[in-house]
Amino acid sequence: MLVVALAVVLLVLCLLSIGVGALTIPPAEVVRALAGHGGGARVENVVWSVRVPRTALGLAAGAALGLSGALMQALTRNPLADPGILGISAGASFAVVVSVAVFQPGSLYGSIWFAFAGALVASVVVYVLGGLGRSGQTPVKLALAGVAVTALLTSLTSAVVLTDPDALDRYRFWSAGSLADRDGSVVLQVLPFIAAGAVLAFAVAPALNSLALGDDVAASLGRRLGLVRLAGVAAVTLLTGAAVVAIGPVVFVGLVVPHVARVLAQRAGIGPDHRWLLPLSAVLAPCLVIAADVAGRVVARPAEIQAGVLVAFIGGPFFIALVRRRRLAEV
Amino acid sequence: MSAPFPVLRTFRLAVPPVSGVLRPRLVAVCAALAAATFLVFCWGVSVGDYPIGLTGVMKALAGSGDPGTLLVVRELRLPRAAAGLLAGVAFALSGALLQTMTRNPLASPDMIGLIEGSGTAVVAGIVLGWDGGLSTQALGLLGALATALLVYLLAWRRGTTGYRIILVGIGVSWMCTSATDFLLARGGRFEAQAALGWLVGNLNGRDWAQAGPLAVAVAVLAPTALLLGRLMRTLQLGDDVATGLGTPVQRVRLTLLLTSVGLIAFATAAAGPIAFVALAAPQIAQRLAGTAWPPLVASGLTGALAVLASDLVARTLIPGLELPVGIVTGVLGAPVLLWLLIRANRAGSGG
Repeated sequence: MLVVALAVVLLVLCLLSIGVGALTIPPAEVVRALAGHGGGARVENVVWSVRVPRTALGLAAGAALGLSGALMQALTRNPLADPGILGISAGASFAVVVSVAVFQPGSLYGSIWFAFAGALVASVVVYVLGGLGRSGQTPVKLALAGVAVTALLTSLTSAVVLTDPDALDRYRFWSAGSLADRDGSVVLQVLPFIAAGAVLAFAVAPALNSLALGDDVAASLGRRLGLVRLAGVAAVTLLTGAAVVAIGPVVFVGLVVPHVARVLAQRAGIGPDHRWLLPLSAVLAPCLVIAADVAGRVVARPAEIQAGVLVAFIGGPFFIALVRRRRLAEV
Repeated sequence: MSAPFPVLRTFRLAVPPVSGVLRPRLVAVCAALAAATFLVFCWGVSVGDYPIGLTGVMKALAGSGDPGTLLVVRELRLPRAAAGLLAGVAFALSGALLQTMTRNPLASPDMIGLIEGSGTAVVAGIVLGWDGGLSTQALGLLGALATALLVYLLAWRRGTTGYRIILVGIGVSWMCTSATDFLLARGGRFEAQAALGWLVGNLNGRDWAQAGPLAVAVAVLAPTALLLGRLMRTLQLGDDVATGLGTPVQRVRLTLLLTSVGLIAFATAAAGPIAFVALAAPQIAQRLAGTAWPPLVASGLTGALAVLASDLVARTLIPGLELPVGIVTGVLGAPVLLWLLIRANRAGSGG
């Protein structure tokens, strides 16, 4: 029920996102253009070549961030974990900066594969480091290893950026996080990764519920901890990597949305069941991203404000109000 | 507890009316850290365009030696070294306080928005020119204090909980980070670079005007933190248990928060946001001392050592180029934390 209501909200936001902009298109005409007839060539061109890819990107990247945030908090059993905590966004940032400084690709999206490779490598390194040592893998070790690698990569990124003005220029626009001017093909390139990550995420969802009871209990319930963690980390890497590459390091979405999902689930009487929390997060996060993108086109006309900035200014106050309102469900 | 102990085992000191727990390993770790910190401090003062021998440095610190050396040490080198030392202590202590209060090793001052708030204030000052005639230092201080007040007010609803403060802090820090990103993307190339140079954390060209206020703040707040340490340990058991044990929970938490905020605000204002120290130093100290919580004195010393050593590396690594200290802190601190994580051999000490 809740998911359906949220899906309707998301649909409305998508239509708005296709209709609003420098050329405003009324909703009826949007629907007609989407159906393939009407509105004239100009409207159809705007809808299909600019607005639809942009909206699709917001949908895909938002859903990926929401899912990976919920996964990450369950895997580390820490409500402060964000999907970037495995070093994924730091790895991607570092790769973007290095690729600009060393290879100077023509377009920002020449560096998309570099960014993805950086995210992958960072995540694998954190996973391996978090499992070394006699005590094996624990959630806290995984989180702290991620924080340490993130700090290392962030420092290196700063070092490159401070010495190379060109890299700084690229980096500061990329890191503000935006859906604008993204090449239409970007969404097609990242979609397979997001789909694979989502499948993995939903596959481990039941196991996450046992994991929440603690490692020992989960093991005695017959869960294979190592396997669950490996699958979870792989899913987070695919989802976050793809999202960060596509719209910039706006991983905060993944930190906040699962908290909202938990509150909603609690109100609906579902409780912290990850089989519901994951889909809820996957629907809530794109709502936030697309709403921010639409707002960014409206508030500063004719200029645009990056979605990454407005996500914070829409999501932040909402989140704070939520935290104030009710007794929070802890993870 | 009367069995004979091997060396370095914890034992209870009970000489009525005084009693306490003595942890030889913690004491040994603190002593080693203090010695190393002093050594790196003097070494840092001795290195520069005008090299001074270690004995010369120690003599100058004691107030003797030739006037030229005295001048260089007192007016040029000492303020920078002192700013590094004090900022390290302040960052690490406030990190330890927050991590103990929230019982969460990921909680650090950059989580609850103070550092981001001061960053936004400074970047706004640099990019938009809204400095109102204030120095970067004053802007940073104002930004941090205003953010702290905002977070506390927003989290207040018939009392607060550590968890709610952290969550509200996350929301606020998120908004501040985005505002900073927006300003960086909006500003010109030159301004962006200047702002980023500050955002990384930097000790270049610090004089007594920066180190002085920080010294006063640490002198007042560090003893407060140490006094709070005892009360804080009951908070770790949960609010209800702590209340049952007679700890005034709300008052202790407010004092704790104020102490932590004060330390972080002054340290950020003087040295920029060397954020990783606040998160890593308490965790490193905890693993060195083998305790179940971040030990305050050892954390402070670890923080000081980390910042001073990083600054030394930052100045000497590439001749003729002074790297910002924040870069080196991350590069040096991360492997140490990782190594300690991997080496931890008991399940408990790994997590």
